[in-house]
Amino acid sequence: MFLINCPYCGERDQQEFKAGGEAHIERPKQPTELSDDEWAEYLFMRKNIKGVQFERWNHAHGCRKWFNMVRDTSNDEIKAIYKMGEKPPSQ
Amino acid sequence: MTKNLRVKSSEYIDETNRISFKFNGKTYHGFKGDTLASALLANDIHLVGRSFKYHRPRGIMTSGSEEPNAIVQINPDTNRTEPNVRATEVEIYEGLEASSQNCWPSVEFDIGGINNFLSPFFPAGFYYKTFMWPASFWEKYEFFIRHSAGLGKSPTSSDPDIYDHRNVHCDVLVVGAGISGILAAKNAAKNNFKTLLVDEKNELGGSTIYENNEFNKIDNKTPSEWLKKEIEEIKGIKNLEIKTRTSVAAYHQYNYLLARENLTDHLEAKDKTNKIRQRLLKIRAKKVILATGALERPLIFNNNDRPGIMLSSAVKKYSEFYGVACGSKNVFFTNNDSAYESALSLYNKGINVEAIIDIREQSESKIVKKVKEAGIKIYWSHSIVDTIGYKRLNSVSIMKLSIDGTSVTGSKISISCDCLGVAGGWTPAVHLYTQSGSKLKFNEEKNVFLPNQNKSEQISVGSCGGDFKIDEIIKNLNQKLKDNLNIKETDLDNVKVEIDQENSKRNIWLLPSDKPLGKTKPFVDYQNDATAKDIKLALREGFRSIEHVKRYTTTGMGTDQGKLGNMHALGIIADTAGVKMAELGTTTFRPPYTPLTFGTIVGRNVGKFFDIFRRTSMNDWHVENKAEFENVGQWKRAWYYPINGETMHQAVQRESKAARESAGILDASTLGKIDIQGSDASEFLNRVYTNAWSKLAIGKCRYGLMLNEDGMVYDDGVTTRLGENHYIMTTTTGGAANVLGKLEDYLQTEWPELDVYLTSVTDHYATASLCGPNSKKILKKIIPDLDLSDENFPHMSFKEANIGSIQCRIMRISFTGEHSYEINVQASYGKDLWKKCMEAGQEFNITPYGTETMHLLRAEKGFIIVGQDTDGTMTPIDLQMDWIVSKKKYDFIGKRSLYRSDTMREDRKQLVGLLTDDPNIVLEEGAQIVSELNQSPVEMLGHVTSSYFSPNLKKSIALAVVRGGKDMMGKKLFVPMENKNINVTIANPVFYDEKNQRLNA
Ligand SMILES: [Zn+2]
Repeated sequence: MFLINCPYCGERDQQEFKAGGEAHIERPKQPTELSDDEWAEYLFMRKNIKGVQFERWNHAHGCRKWFNMVRDTSNDEIKAIYKMGEKPPSQ
Repeated sequence: MTKNLRVKSSEYIDETNRISFKFNGKTYHGFKGDTLASALLANDIHLVGRSFKYHRPRGIMTSGSEEPNAIVQINPDTNRTEPNVRATEVEIYEGLEASSQNCWPSVEFDIGGINNFLSPFFPAGFYYKTFMWPASFWEKYEFFIRHSAGLGKSPTSSDPDIYDHRNVHCDVLVVGAGISGILAAKNAAKNNFKTLLVDEKNELGGSTIYENNEFNKIDNKTPSEWLKKEIEEIKGIKNLEIKTRTSVAAYHQYNYLLARENLTDHLEAKDKTNKIRQRLLKIRAKKVILATGALERPLIFNNNDRPGIMLSSAVKKYSEFYGVACGSKNVFFTNNDSAYESALSLYNKGINVEAIIDIREQSESKIVKKVKEAGIKIYWSHSIVDTIGYKRLNSVSIMKLSIDGTSVTGSKISISCDCLGVAGGWTPAVHLYTQSGSKLKFNEEKNVFLPNQNKSEQISVGSCGGDFKIDEIIKNLNQKLKDNLNIKETDLDNVKVEIDQENSKRNIWLLPSDKPLGKTKPFVDYQNDATAKDIKLALREGFRSIEHVKRYTTTGMGTDQGKLGNMHALGIIADTAGVKMAELGTTTFRPPYTPLTFGTIVGRNVGKFFDIFRRTSMNDWHVENKAEFENVGQWKRAWYYPINGETMHQAVQRESKAARESAGILDASTLGKIDIQGSDASEFLNRVYTNAWSKLAIGKCRYGLMLNEDGMVYDDGVTTRLGENHYIMTTTTGGAANVLGKLEDYLQTEWPELDVYLTSVTDHYATASLCGPNSKKILKKIIPDLDLSDENFPHMSFKEANIGSIQCRIMRISFTGEHSYEINVQASYGKDLWKKCMEAGQEFNITPYGTETMHLLRAEKGFIIVGQDTDGTMTPIDLQMDWIVSKKKYDFIGKRSLYRSDTMREDRKQLVGLLTDDPNIVLEEGAQIVSELNQSPVEMLGHVTSSYFSPNLKKSIALAVVRGGKDMMGKKLFVPMENKNINVTIANPVFYDEKNQRLNA
């Protein structure tokens, strides 16, 4: 059970949060301009890294805010947490 | 007649408090402070159970939670019965009953014991090899195996006890209250760390509390005396909370630990009532100090499992702590000095010690000298090659060990005895440490796995950290505390320790016998009856990974997780395969460290708290009017209202007719409601719904369909524009929370530039849906001054009005196809609104209807229910709802996906109506649809999603999804059922009032 430091509320138990998949995949601004393959790339393709991964998390049972997390999936170590729109920390 | 083996009053046993208890139906006596095990031993009872596979008689081996054999059923045949309880952990109380497990008809005469004589036929993997073929027989085998195995019985009536959960936060958690734990907790608390000290036993002090080696001294006192003084001191420290009878079951990442606090198990039945039995502590600790100690290992030799064979440390504890002699003729078998401490302990109490058999050549320690002086015979360089005695040990045979320790020589000596204390060295209890994700490393010198790479804020102190001697323990503990807690000085700085320095040992994982291995039974895992033979067989058969050997031989897979024998298993594998222990690694120790009751795990979440449910404010009325309820998400919704003993079908037919012929009323309060405000609210709706929203006038309502980005229908509902920048959206009952979550996601992460605010108001409003040709008249009676004309208040529009002093929002919208109004009031007025509608509707025979009738009425109109007629694979085009997909909008969620090659396929499953050729046959929802009957395998074209008998149309109707169904109007298909094939025809899904004339009726 992780202890997650919500950037708005502080440290809370993992039970209050929802994982939201890979971070920094921006919704295309002009979807109609994209080929099927390009759209499929956005829609379906996600990395599933063993190691350091950038993820979206939501404080679902708290402030309801979304934020980003850098997590090592091999040992669940949370390396960084930052707000939506902020630049990811360099690795 | 059993003997009384109580030897000397112990300060931990209250001999003035005599307790009677029953074991296997017979009454015995013990004292307050006894465990079931110590009380049985005092009555000279060793045989307490039978082993799992061979049904061999087994006795008490240990004095703690690592016990593999003495597993009993507590209070059999009562609602408080509990199986698989270790007799060494049960504190006795007046009226306690316990019985042996895994034996029938009795532990003394057990039919399964025949397996012991058949054991050559039960090698490792026997079950895998024998019961796999033919596969179809598995069920029969399983029945047989389970019957003869029988690991205790579950209670059959509900648990009368209360269980609890508590969140605990502390700066420092100390696990284990032996000498290291007590000193660690004391120094942490004194340095202002909020400290919690827990121990699984009821007394503090661990094994040092009865440490009697006269050559060990702390500040010139015996360790026992010194520690008692420390224990008195810590009881008054204010930062320190101490919890005994509290066992840490799991150590998760981020220093999150689960512990079970046992509150009433040691009390008489009359004192248990209305108290919390066990409490699960959910502990978040900034730092964890593991002081979990070490477990003594047995030695692995032929027939090392007989009742009367125990750990040497347990023999000592029973004599020192409980004042019980485990036998009247005691022998010890050892590879190190600790058995000599046990032997002296017995000797000093006047208990007969026959001999010590030591596999070492010699030892020079003071304690060994002392034993020699006491005249106890020591056999150096000897090993036990066999033991005799079926239900109780009565002798051991020993022989001289060869120099390399691989064989025995010379003649056999038989030593008569009724108790054998075995000392094979100490294994640090690193189970919790590894659970936390931290890594072990093999220490060649000490021959044990020790903590190496800490993954959390944690330290391991005392013997679980590899320090076995009191001087090492105190010195290293002191340094670790200073480093970890960042403190400069402790009261351990000036403690003077003297110890008996000699520490020689000789480690042989599998001791030789004069017989070939195949003819011997050297048990490694007592609970699962895995022997050294089984492990070697597994290696011969090609298993190499320790994890595979473990599963194949079941070594370490019992409820004790092989706490005693795992190291031997590793050692035997390493020796046989010629690899180093360090390369082999260990198997994984999994939580819980000791078993937990289900009660502790679920805590208060039982009965009506198992899963929360929500009720509408009209709920009391539904209950009073005998509604049947159904669960929709977490809501309890009125399903139908049977009167005069109606069946569900009869009630629904009546309700459906009334709603179309005169008036019906539905509690629609559960629909999700989201309040949307902000200057970009219209733009936001444009992006989340498939249709256009910018031109919706204030005071108008519109139906919207929401897709996922993959183009599949996600939710639907009516949204009303309340003001320029203000909307109220309704969602499906079950989808409300997910829709809000999804909308927030887009707002916060994709479109943060939009000025939009979302608030869930589902619980704030109660909604009565008034429907039918007389609904207008009823509403007029309730709100006489509201102009209900089609010009002023047309279909798909909204009005605010007052019913008396109650403000309400009224939407003229319809999910049934009838003229209807959805009246929303503040939730607290819901029941009042409902009653007013019922009163006003009485003259029109207003009929309350539930969700079943609602489903039927909408099916007559071909309206979909998201989640029933859709399943996450249906696009709006598949649903034949092209009309709601805007062609003009540049983008909305899911739009691009509607033009993917796959979503544009003509042969996708599409929503159609389905009529049975025989109008009286109602199809089963989920039934498969085919076009051919004589084809094998038959191709499935689709399935029925909704199906009812329509009282208004007087025929069966159904909705279905059928491959390419859109272009199959009028086509004849089949629905094959178990006993018959039903002929069906594809039809228009709008069965009733295709021109929507009734909306304005
Ligand atoms: Zn938060």
